Amino acid sequence: MTNPERDTLARLARFGSTLAVALVFAGLAFAMLSLPAEPTGLAAAVRAELPGTGAANPVTAVLLNFRGYDTLLEIAVLLLALLAIWTMRRGQLRPQRDPGDVLESLASIQAPVMLVVAGYLLWAGGSAPGGAFQAGGILAAAGVMLVLAGSGWPQRLSGWPLRVALVLGLSAFICVGVAVVLGGQEFLAYPASGAATIILVLEICATVSIAVILLDMFLSVLRGRASRTDTTASIDQP
Amino acid sequence: MLYSLAGIALFCIALRAVILATAPLRAILAVNVMSSGVFLVLVALARRTPGLVADPVPHAMVITGIVVAVSATAMAIVLTQRLRANVSAPTVEDTPGAGP
Repeated sequence: MTNPERDTLARLARFGSTLAVALVFAGLAFAMLSLPAEPTGLAAAVRAELPGTGAANPVTAVLLNFRGYDTLLEIAVLLLALLAIWTMRRGQLRPQRDPGDVLESLASIQAPVMLVVAGYLLWAGGSAPGGAFQAGGILAAAGVMLVLAGSGWPQRLSGWPLRVALVLGLSAFICVGVAVVLGGQEFLAYPASGAATIILVLEICATVSIAVILLDMFLSVLRGRASRTDTTASIDQP
Repeated sequence: MLYSLAGIALFCIALRAVILATAPLRAILAVNVMSSGVFLVLVALARRTPGLVADPVPHAMVITGIVVAVSATAMAIVLTQRLRANVSAPTVEDTPGAGP
């Protein structure tokens, strides 16, 4: 194919995609504008059922009580994605060379603060915005910052302690679900009396798992980047 | 309503980028922007309920969606790295002087 022909094709592709996307936008915007004025949301239903859920924050109640099955599967998805990453990643993780004084001192000040914030968010999730995902995200961010500042994942924790932390959230969810079923209820339908405790335990386990899974995903990406800089070392590694 | 329209616009802009993307990283980033647009629409629609409190169900969906999007992004990036490592790894054919 000659160059002018390719240019024409590329221009045609750009024009065609713009046209198609404009049509999609028009359709979606029309659907949005023609929504009924009186929304039929689930806010009223959630508010009516909130007292028996064990959480005063409606979002937490939805995540861990009404739609607990969703959250269970979500942690399973996280774990599956990490397993897929483990099968594909390559290269070795080595500590960052010369992170710089600013990053190093900033990380040593910020990491404890982030730990406290994560603990607060986890605890506050019962009654205010917060919860396992936010706390896990902040914990993972603290870990990412520490790794970038030069400290690696401790070698003695990378065997079974890491794997226990990875599956803690999912196994806690499954254990609670099965225990509730054995007690004569439906899967993940908590008894109203112990719901607050169950939700707290589940959130703690989920926070640990989410934080470690997200951190390990980041470290896997970092490995691949490190292995690209010296290709000779990485080619023969599985 | 303004926010949900902005979400749709974000989704569409990123959709065009996905269609036209040639580099894998560009496509991954564009899909991320698309998901941000979807989250913006969901949060904006959650606000339509009467009263002060927003509908918590879409909010819970967005939290779930963000975490899943992050994990999918990480997987896509590692897949891209692996692809690049496999493509750029020297093979017998590539070695100078090894050909007939």
